Order: sequence, then C-alpha cells, then structure tokens
Amino acid sequence: MAEELQELLASYSASRRFLLRILQTVQQKMGYISEEAMVEVAHHLDISPVEVYGVATFYNQFRFIPYGKHHIVACLGTACHAMGGQLILDGFERELEIKAGGITPNHEWSLDRVGCIGCCTKAPVVVVNDIIHPKMTPFRVEEVLAGLGLEKGKGEEEVEAGEGESQ
Amino acid sequence: MYLKGPDELERLRKQVIEGKKAEEGQKRVVLCTGTGCRGAGALEVSEAFQKELDRSSDIELKRTCCHGFCERGPITVIEPMGVFYQMVSPEQVSQIIAETVKKGEVIEDLLYKDPKTGENIRYEKDIPFYMRQMRLVFGHNRLIDPTRIEDYLATGGYKALTKALFGMSPEQIIEEVKRSGLRGRGGGGFPAGRKWENCRRAGADVKYVICNCDEGDPGAYMDRSLMEGNPHRVLEGMIIGAYAIGASEGYVYVRNEYPLAVQNVGIAIKQAEKMGLLGENILGSGFKFTISINRGGGAFVAGESTALMASIEGQVAEPRAKHIHTVESGLWERPTNLNNVETWANVPVIIERGADSYSNIGTEGSKGTKIFSLVGKINNTGLIEVPMGMTLREIVHDIGGGIPGGKKFKAVQTGGPSGGCIPEALMELPVDFDELTKAGSMMGSGGMIVMDESTCMVDVAKYFTNFLRDESCGKCTSCREGTLRMYEVLDDITKGKGREGDIELLEELGWVTAEASLCGLGQTAPNPVLSTIHYFRDEYEAHIRDKKCPAGVCRDLITYDIDTELCIACGKCKKECPVEAITGEKKVPHEIDQDKCIRCGTCMEVCPEDAVKVQ
Repeated sequence: MAEELQELLASYSASRRFLLRILQTVQQKMGYISEEAMVEVAHHLDISPVEVYGVATFYNQFRFIPYGKHHIVACLGTACHAMGGQLILDGFERELEIKAGGITPNHEWSLDRVGCIGCCTKAPVVVVNDIIHPKMTPFRVEEVLAGLGLEKGKGEEEVEAGEGESQ
Repeated sequence: MYLKGPDELERLRKQVIEGKKAEEGQKRVVLCTGTGCRGAGALEVSEAFQKELDRSSDIELKRTCCHGFCERGPITVIEPMGVFYQMVSPEQVSQIIAETVKKGEVIEDLLYKDPKTGENIRYEKDIPFYMRQMRLVFGHNRLIDPTRIEDYLATGGYKALTKALFGMSPEQIIEEVKRSGLRGRGGGGFPAGRKWENCRRAGADVKYVICNCDEGDPGAYMDRSLMEGNPHRVLEGMIIGAYAIGASEGYVYVRNEYPLAVQNVGIAIKQAEKMGLLGENILGSGFKFTISINRGGGAFVAGESTALMASIEGQVAEPRAKHIHTVESGLWERPTNLNNVETWANVPVIIERGADSYSNIGTEGSKGTKIFSLVGKINNTGLIEVPMGMTLREIVHDIGGGIPGGKKFKAVQTGGPSGGCIPEALMELPVDFDELTKAGSMMGSGGMIVMDESTCMVDVAKYFTNFLRDESCGKCTSCREGTLRMYEVLDDITKGKGREGDIELLEELGWVTAEASLCGLGQTAPNPVLSTIHYFRDEYEAHIRDKKCPAGVCRDLITYDIDTELCIACGKCKKECPVEAITGEKKVPHEIDQDKCIRCGTCMEVCPEDAVKVQ
C-alpha cells in the first residue's frame, strides 16, 4: 500500500494545484482516503496535513472508510425525489440495516446517496456496483439485493453473533 | 494528420464528406449510448448488435450519444431508411437485423406510438416530442460518434474557427457575440459578449478561459449530454473565445459524476491537438491555445465561478466576494473568462450564421435557443431544445405530452435548487431569462421538473432547502444558519409540528438569507421556499392547521388504508410488507396496523386492484 502510494505521488509534481487530482487518484486506487494517505500527500506537496484534510472533507466525493464488496448509491436528485427516491433509499437502509454513508459489519455492503447522476428520465434510480437500475420501486429493493445474494436477516445475524463472541 | 492551414482543413472536410456520400445507401445501425440510454440498457443492446454485425461486414454500427428522447431509450435509428426504433432490448436485435436492416421491413412493435392518435410513427421528425423543437445546438448529436472528429467535420465543424481566425479580428468576434445577444446559459444570464470584452481589456501576460461543466443542478443534464455527444463543438467555441479574449490556456471543469463526459472530451482534445486545432500555431494562424481537464469533487457550490477557480487551484471551493471581477482577476489572479458548456457550444453557431441571423431567434431580451431537461411527472421526459420565449404550456403539453395517469398538473420547477415553482395559472408564460425571474423563479441551467397533484409543495421546498443546507460551503453565517433554520421549520411542518406564524418566520428567514449572503447560492437559496409559499400557501396552511398533507406525501401526516370493497384478499400486500403490518386471512379483506406501518408504499405498489388508498 505504502509503496503504491509513493509511486502514485511521484507521478505528480509538488504543486498545490494537483491536490484534488492526487486525492482522486488515491481514492480510485485505494477505494478511500486513509489518514496515512492524507499525511503522505501533505508531505509530498509540502503543506500541512490539516490542509489536505480540509480539502478532502469539503468535497463530497471523498470517502474515509472503504467501500463494501457491493456498493449502492441511491440518487436523490430532484426528479428522483419527486418520483419517490426517498422511499427507495429508506428501503435499502431498512434491508441492509445501515444508514446512507455506512457499511455493513461484514463489509459486504455499503450505501451512499448522491445529489444527481443525470439519469433523470429513469427516475428513481440507484447505482449498484456502477450499474444503473432505472425506475426503482420499494418492492424492487429487495429483488435487487436478493439478486446480489443478500439473504434477508441471515447474514446480519451471523455477523452480529460473531461480533458478540469476540467481545 | 496535422493541418497546417485552413485550406488543408477544407480539403480534409471535402474528403470526409465525399467518403460519406459514397456511403449513401450504406446499411447502418445508429444507436444512442449516452448515459440516459445506458441506464435503459444500451450497452447490452450495443453488444448484441456488435455480435450480429461481426457476421455481416456490410453493416455498420454507429454509437452516438444523447438524442434527447431518453424516456424511450435505448434509441436506435436504422439507416438508410431512417426508421426510428425505441426501447430496444438485446433480444430484439437479431430481428431488427434480419427484417429491417436486411429486408427493409418495419417492425411495428418497435415504433413510437403516439398516445393521442394511437398511430405508430416511423420517423424521428414526425414524433410530436421532436416536431416543435429547434435543435440548433443539440441536433447534431444524432449524426456524431463523439469519438470521431471526422463526424464533426462532416457537420461543418471547425468552419466557424477558420472564419474567426482568418476572417475576423478579436474585436470583431466580440462585437458579433455582443450583437447576437447571447447570454450565459449556466444560470446567471450575463451577456457573454460583454464578459469577453471586459476580459480582453484587462491587461495581463497570461489569461485563461474556463468551460464550466460542473452541472450540479439536480434534474438538469444538458451540459453532460452536449459534452458526451458533441465535445468538439464545445472545444471550438472555447478556441474562438480564447482567440477573441487573448487567452492561451483553457480548462474544462467536469463534474466528477460524469465519467463518460470526461472520457469523450479527453478524446476530443487529443484529436484536436493531433490535427493542429489546439496547441501551438493553430491552423498556421500563429495563435496558441491549450486545454486541460479538471474533475470536480462533488461539491455543488463549485459551479459558482470563483469557487470553481479556487477548486482548479487545489483549494476548498469557497466563493469569494466579487468586488474585483474574475475577468480582471480570476484563476491564479489572472484575467479569466468562464462560460458554461451550452454557452460555448452556441459560439460556433453565432460565428458561422452571423449575429443577425442568430438574434432573429428568441425574445427581446433572450436570444437563441435553450436546452431544457424535461423530467418528473410528465409523459415525454428528455432533453428538448426550443427557441427562447416558447410558453410553458407548449413545452409541457405539446412537447412533453402532458401528465401521465390522467393526473392534474400542479407546477413546474425551474432553475435547479435555487429556482422556484411556477403554477398552472402561469402556463402561458413565455420562457426566457427575464420572464422566469419575474415569476419568482429563474432560468438556472435549464432543469424543468414537472409536478402533479401527488407532489407536495412543502415537501418540495423542504427537499431543496435540505439540498442547499447540505451544499452551503458555510462561509456566510446567513446562508449556513439560514438554510438550516428554514429546513428545521419546514421539517417540523411536514411532521405535523408546524405552528401558527411559521410561514411568516420562513419569509423573514428567506429575506435575511438572500440579503446577507455573498454568492448566488445563498442569495437564491430562499427561492424554493418563498415561491411555494407565494403560489401554494394553502398547502402550507393545511399542514400547519389541519395537520394534513393534501398530496399524500408527508409520511407523518398520511395513512395507508385498504378499501375493503376493492380488496380481493389475494395476500400479496401481506406477503410483501417489510414490517408485517398487514393482517388478513383468505377471502377476508386485509387490514393495515397503523402502529406498525412505516408508510413505505410497497402495499400500494403490489396491489393488483388498487385497493390501497393513501389519505
């Protein structure tokens, strides 16, 4: 990981203007921005780590926890909202038992919301593992998850039991 | 091929056009693979076509981007007949090849059926959705594979650039753009020519031009579709602008959520560089100009010009006060001219047609056409391009085909999150910059979200206020706290906790937020609240006084009930209810336990008899 990061940093000259691009590449390669990565980026650009932290937390794009194996993004743009997008997000939150921005304890599923992906004519939409699912309905939430192997109730219980043992 | 001068460009264009003429009668499948159609499965359809066509070498597959009628995607046009097929699925591909492409027979089931007359329509131009449009800027999308610069040249691409570089002085170009009446399409509506002139006058060794493709307004996607579908036109506009202003470097700032736009404009820049249309000594004119791409980071406020420039510099995207305009001191404190994608795409049209011809289109104060994204509760959703001044009624009813499900039209929301809602009573409003502002809304980047009787206007106001609260950068107290406080009041109202005086409180908060904030985000943030109060005050009052949501949306104020007369006791709702709130035996009408019900709407969706009612 550290080596990969150094290699990546070496391909950018140490100019502040590349900060966003570097963070974007880090996230693309690593899946999220870790604290160590922020410190390294700051070192490379010769700025304070808090500057990097400030920029990274300002932009919605950046994540500070990894994605789940399956990543779900519910669109809540205007068209999606008008067509019932909130009900869809609620459905995913309910079925996965996590909130938007969260990840399941077994790291299988992560959930996010987005302002608009510009697919408004197909509202409401969700993006599951980069594939757009058009015209979602509350009922189809379960279908989508089952299609990816979520067994309702079962997976979470096992994880919870596992956590219980380790405590 | 590196083009050393305009004559070489014309020679190449001639070759390309002759090549296309020789191909006349060529069997070709034109498939839209823009983001909208991709959402409907266009890539799978493309794959299916490719597989079929690998076997027959005389048929060509051409992948374009957005044709506009995204509702009906994936869209396919079969040439040379020109037959327009809609909602094509991979399973239908072999039939299309066998019957239409090879034998010229039309498959009736794939044609667009006019819902009013019930007739099948064969050609794109005869479909009501397209008939009333004027596709000056957007129309070429359907002819162009955005990864092929030749396709752009065949439509007359880079002709305007030659005219500008070799036939006009920078001052003449600016004069032409000023006379055309072009106003910024990103929302502000500032006259583009005046902006260019001010930037040209600013003295500096280095100047920049920027293309703003940080299309953050939810519900609007015309910039994305232009960038994906016809990137060279945007580049051509930028090069002409840079020449007129005297800029040597350009930036395209694209929203992070638009990967295909980034990819296509990247390809286009490389092609233009290779041909000598970008870089040192463009077409032998001595003019030097380069363009690079920056990807946004998913911050709505970065669409504001000063914030966007801060973002390119690698800073937090916070707007700054504009006592000194960006045309004098912008990116890295150098004179910078920023325009939006659609504005740049209009420039080649103006230069080629001339300002007089261009300014014949539109209204007194708003010239040319505007692309709108028509979405929400409307039959024909998609991107439309119409002359400025078309009435809302024509747009919603004639092009949009009215409201689905026989429901009643309530309002159309324009201008993105900072826009407003325009009610039925104003349907004859001619849509242009000034009329929309007068109606308490604004043009914004051109989103039009249609709402029907089942849309709650308080909920809409809450939605936008929440969005703006989220996206406020936090620099100005009035915006940071004002949007939060308005959201809290609205949230209370939608939850049945509204109190007398809340409406007046919202109006006061709105006024302060607008007056005391620095940038456009805060100044216009109260629009959704104030315009819905203005036109739909009765809905607010129903929430506050009667604790009722007339549209049946606000979950704390509604109940789902099963009509025992209609219920056939099929058990579907009982089975699908995620919280087991529904009870009932076979042949006995079912019932919903209101204490358990989470109002997710699943029962209403699965009921085959429409027996579930919301109140």
